[in-house]
Amino acid sequence: MTTVAPVGPSSAGTPPAAPVEPSRRGRRGAFSAYWLLLPAGLWLAVFFVAPLIYQASTSVQTGSLEEGYEVTWHFANYWNALETYGPHFLRSFSYAAIATALCLAIGYPLAYMIAFRAGRWRGLLLVMVIAPFFTSFLIRTLAWKTILSDGGPVVSALGALHILDVTSWLGLTGTNRVLATPLAVVCGLTYNFLPFMILPLYSSLERIEPSLHEAARDLYATPATTFRKVTFPLSLPGVVAGTLLTFIPASGDYINAQLLGSPREQMVGNAIQKQFLNVLDYPTAAAMSFILMALILIMVSLYMRKAGTEELV
Amino acid sequence: MPTPLIAPLTATVRWLRRNFVIIIGSLALAYLLLPNLVVMLFSFNKPAGRFNYAWQEFSTEAWTNPCAVADMCGSLGLSLRIAVLATLVATAFGTLAAFALARYRFRGKSATQGLVFLPMAMPEVVMAASLGTLFLNMRVDFGFVTILIAHIMFCLSFVVVAVKARVMSMDPRLEEAARDLYAGPLQTFWRVTLPLAAPGIAAGAMLSFALSFDDFIITQFNAGPATVTFPMFVWGAAQRGVPVQVNVIGTAMFLIAIVIVLAGQIAGSRRQRSR
Repeated sequence: MTTVAPVGPSSAGTPPAAPVEPSRRGRRGAFSAYWLLLPAGLWLAVFFVAPLIYQASTSVQTGSLEEGYEVTWHFANYWNALETYGPHFLRSFSYAAIATALCLAIGYPLAYMIAFRAGRWRGLLLVMVIAPFFTSFLIRTLAWKTILSDGGPVVSALGALHILDVTSWLGLTGTNRVLATPLAVVCGLTYNFLPFMILPLYSSLERIEPSLHEAARDLYATPATTFRKVTFPLSLPGVVAGTLLTFIPASGDYINAQLLGSPREQMVGNAIQKQFLNVLDYPTAAAMSFILMALILIMVSLYMRKAGTEELV
Repeated sequence: MPTPLIAPLTATVRWLRRNFVIIIGSLALAYLLLPNLVVMLFSFNKPAGRFNYAWQEFSTEAWTNPCAVADMCGSLGLSLRIAVLATLVATAFGTLAAFALARYRFRGKSATQGLVFLPMAMPEVVMAASLGTLFLNMRVDFGFVTILIAHIMFCLSFVVVAVKARVMSMDPRLEEAARDLYAGPLQTFWRVTLPLAAPGIAAGAMLSFALSFDDFIITQFNAGPATVTFPMFVWGAAQRGVPVQVNVIGTAMFLIAIVIVLAGQIAGSRRQRSR
């Protein structure tokens, strides 16, 4: 019935060492995989899966806080949420997409530098990428308030270079301020999720054999061609993993929009948080989280099909 | 006719092209570290009003008296307690699961793997709202326990991933050798398997400590009004005025983390060299 067949690493993946004789491992049958999985599996089933199922039923309830909620299969919750918060969804996904693109543009050179140019500084540079994590997320986001403050050096420089004129024409900033504009929110999102882009990029770049670069050079490829035909294609798994790890949390975030944006730049996360913690309209909050989840799921699966990497996870 | 200006210009352009990656990479690194520098700098500020966003005057007052803001140190203690407990439970449960996933083939394995990975591929606000809704309807009192439950839940996946990667790269011949030398199963586990897996387990534990200590979104939905963790304190302070001491704590955490990671790296490279 239960087929707990022990298996060596050869079937599991990374470097196939000596194959393990099944009989040897089979002796430890009492310690079956199911017992090992029980605590973690139970925890996730009760506190992760059950809440999601419960959330699904909440999303089709009607009622009020005073009279209690009841499942009435009121799918209109979804339509109402979409109608009211459509702009929020649109804003969330476009901010997250821009931030992801910026993360890729900023993170790729850094990951490349650490993987190929850093030499003995590699360890230190990796520490520098991870280190900001340890100063609380919120404190660092608040620091952007200082950096982007009105009349501060950054804003003055952008103004003097007439960059703010362009961005305000595009509707990204005000004519002489960055705080409380879409640009500030995108800047915060890019900053906060950049390490999630760099680390997978680095780990896939690091795995590329240097001899492949030499081979490309021997075949008279220019550095640009080497990058386009060898390095970039081989780093694709990292690109896919990095973009997912930035896009998904960025589209659900509400901290950056709250601290750096204005009420006009609110994202879906802000709306869900408000419905849940202030308005106490749980069905709407539930419906919105399900729409968010479904849209992300659709986008991710389309993207994965397009990117065509199955070796992920 | 070449003007004398062209030569240095082309040299500069050539230099820029050759070092393109390093220049952009260094700029990216500066972008990553800039807020940390600002936090550090402003921990020595003496703000004029409630808000510590503009530089006023140098002062070490906040450093000499970091717990002057009583609520802050209380919330810091709470965050530390939760992070330690969540890390202990998540690391224990996650390590067991990682061994099961790395070492055994069984029915429902891919489904289990999916279940373990799903929490990492979901926006936090969705998990936060659904767990909060469940607690609300089970009429559970929000507080320490609900925060702890939520933190263990989202830390588990990260531990599993870190430990599983390590276990899969371990050479099974070492354990076989131990058995061939008549080590019992327990002896093999304690003397061979566990020491080999230790770096993965340590990485998982560190990750879950950092994630739990810093988590805001899931905590905000599952905390209730009475239990204020450190990130929740900062969030509240962002509206009322952030005390300078918050910058002190942020800077201290940053420096402590760097020291720990560097010490670990130096120890690691020493061990490798002595081998």
